[in-house]
Amino acid sequence: MDLSSINWLLLLASLMVASTPILLAGLGELVVERAGVLNLGVEGMMITGAVCGFAIGFETGSAVWGFAAAAGAGAALSLVFGVLTQVLMSNQVATGLALTLFGLGLSSLIGQGYIGERGVNVPDVPLGPLADLPVIGPILFRHDAVVYLSLLLCLAIWLFLYRSRAGLVLRSVGESAQAAHALGTKVVRIRLTAIAFGGACAGLGGAYISLVRVPQWTDGMTAGAGWIALALVVFASWRPWRLLLGAYLFGGLTVLQLNLQAAGVALPVEYLSMAPYILTILVLVIISSGRGRAALGAPAALGRSFHAAA
Amino acid sequence: MAVIALERRPAPSAVWRWATPPLAVLLTMLAGGAMFAALGQDPLIAIRTIFWDPLFAEQFASYARPQLLVKAGPLILIAIGLAMGFRAGVWNIGAEGQYIVGAICGAAAGLALYPADTRLILPLMALAGALGGWAWAMIPALLKTRFGTNEILVSLLLVYVAEQLVAAMALGPLRNPEGGGFPGSRNLARWESSANPELIAGTGMHWGVVTAFIAVIFAYVIFTRHLAGFQIRLMGEAPRAARFGGVRPGRLVILCFGVSGALAGLAGLFEVTGPAGQLNIDFGAGYGFTAIIVAFLGRLHPIGILLAGLLMALTYIGGELAQLMLGLPAAAIQAFQGMLLFFLLGVDVFTNYRLRLGRRRIA
Repeated sequence: MDLSSINWLLLLASLMVASTPILLAGLGELVVERAGVLNLGVEGMMITGAVCGFAIGFETGSAVWGFAAAAGAGAALSLVFGVLTQVLMSNQVATGLALTLFGLGLSSLIGQGYIGERGVNVPDVPLGPLADLPVIGPILFRHDAVVYLSLLLCLAIWLFLYRSRAGLVLRSVGESAQAAHALGTKVVRIRLTAIAFGGACAGLGGAYISLVRVPQWTDGMTAGAGWIALALVVFASWRPWRLLLGAYLFGGLTVLQLNLQAAGVALPVEYLSMAPYILTILVLVIISSGRGRAALGAPAALGRSFHAAA
Repeated sequence: MAVIALERRPAPSAVWRWATPPLAVLLTMLAGGAMFAALGQDPLIAIRTIFWDPLFAEQFASYARPQLLVKAGPLILIAIGLAMGFRAGVWNIGAEGQYIVGAICGAAAGLALYPADTRLILPLMALAGALGGWAWAMIPALLKTRFGTNEILVSLLLVYVAEQLVAAMALGPLRNPEGGGFPGSRNLARWESSANPELIAGTGMHWGVVTAFIAVIFAYVIFTRHLAGFQIRLMGEAPRAARFGGVRPGRLVILCFGVSGALAGLAGLFEVTGPAGQLNIDFGAGYGFTAIIVAFLGRLHPIGILLAGLLMALTYIGGELAQLMLGLPAAAIQAFQGMLLFFLLGVDVFTNYRLRLGRRRIA
């Protein structure tokens, strides 16, 4: 193995690209869980976003339309989950799983005609003179618009949750739906909005994989990214900035693993490909073993159905 | 303003409990028919090809009927184990991984003894398969009980690890040395000591199906007659009461994961020695995930799971037939199965709530 063959600058530059899908999906799920809803369908919404984004991008030739379609498809699918869990009070774990299973089938159904096609080009947006800075320029300031958007989204979600009244209301719904209801809050409406937002974010994250990271459509291409995003939310203790940190840490390690594969480590590719999943499990263990610190951050009403008893 | 309101029933309705699965199937047929129509198929023909022709059309039945048990066997076996956990609120959703690892361990145990010729090899492999699945399931279970790690995420992430592991095995240690460099193990179905053959010609019955039927009977007895079954239910429906009643949650987590892992491992082993024949890169076929649908569709009840397993097996076979006859894409069936779970969870509202036509009140 030749470690010097790895271009560390390129590695750091691709870190942000590798992290963006899970960051987007994770941010969406964070808001959903803060509203007290556990949506395990992230993987299904991501893959549906990936195929819709790719297909619409391919048909219209516009990446913007592709991303918009992906967000729309993710939100639409998430609302199926929303209606089932919020209006028909179904079990959130089971419904989330159903969403993932359905999304995987639906996506490969939609994607049949697009296998092997080349996707639209998503241009990089160098940020003016910043992009010309040595070392830092290529790493931070020469990415496509979605990367910057994901960072802005992180900031916006932080502002929303901790600096706005609406955010406070959303968090109160997540802590105690009954109490929020008693105060006159429209619990179901708020939760549905949060779920749709989460779905749109997951769709965007999926489309980022099929339009920028790969860029191609293959069946099951999200390969567990949705589950990793769910794990990241736990890792982040339901806080946006820690989610950003976690996503970049994780993205960095993924990129390193890919580079190690390319550098020809004397280990079969399959074992290296396990690394992201094993790593996620290890991180979950470390976080949850810290004397219930993860439990401190979890919204108290997470995963519980709410029915306004008349 | 007159509105339709939902009112919680004092106790879940027994009638609706068993009426919802057929209703969900019916609704799925309608929605699925619409989906097939959108794909340019005649919905009636598509539905008939999937649900009727495999069993009753002369030209297909001789092939398709035995397939029913071949496909239903692993689904039922896995779903029985999962139902036990789901009843207790223990979410093992990584049965696919346990299924794969069971097949790897079982196949490895058998291949280590190749080409010995004794009747004991298949039982030994079954033991190794069950142990493999059990061990794989112990990872999320122990992490849950020792560290409080979320078992849903861990068990699911381990599926991806298992998929990579089976690829590594099929390309590495377990590759057939006489296979001319192709990936995949020796054919276990053609080696007499390890073969899991059709026991009664023309039925599709193999040892895995027999095991599945035995599991159904055992689960029935445990759920209805045994203290463990009662504790599982108590834990799922009233965790606090269960704790006061002396139920130890950690032990139930270990028990539920252990049983479901071992059963999934067995299912994997019987698949690799029978219908699949060899361990290859693409060994995982999604039975572990479909079994989740089977468990819910069967209302987490052994007899229900038996019926649901047969129905889901039928959609697999019918789906293949529709692919062959109508050119319907394979993915359509997957979407169809997912839809079924959606409808089931949706109409289940009638089990716990009743509709009331009334005036809107300030709650």
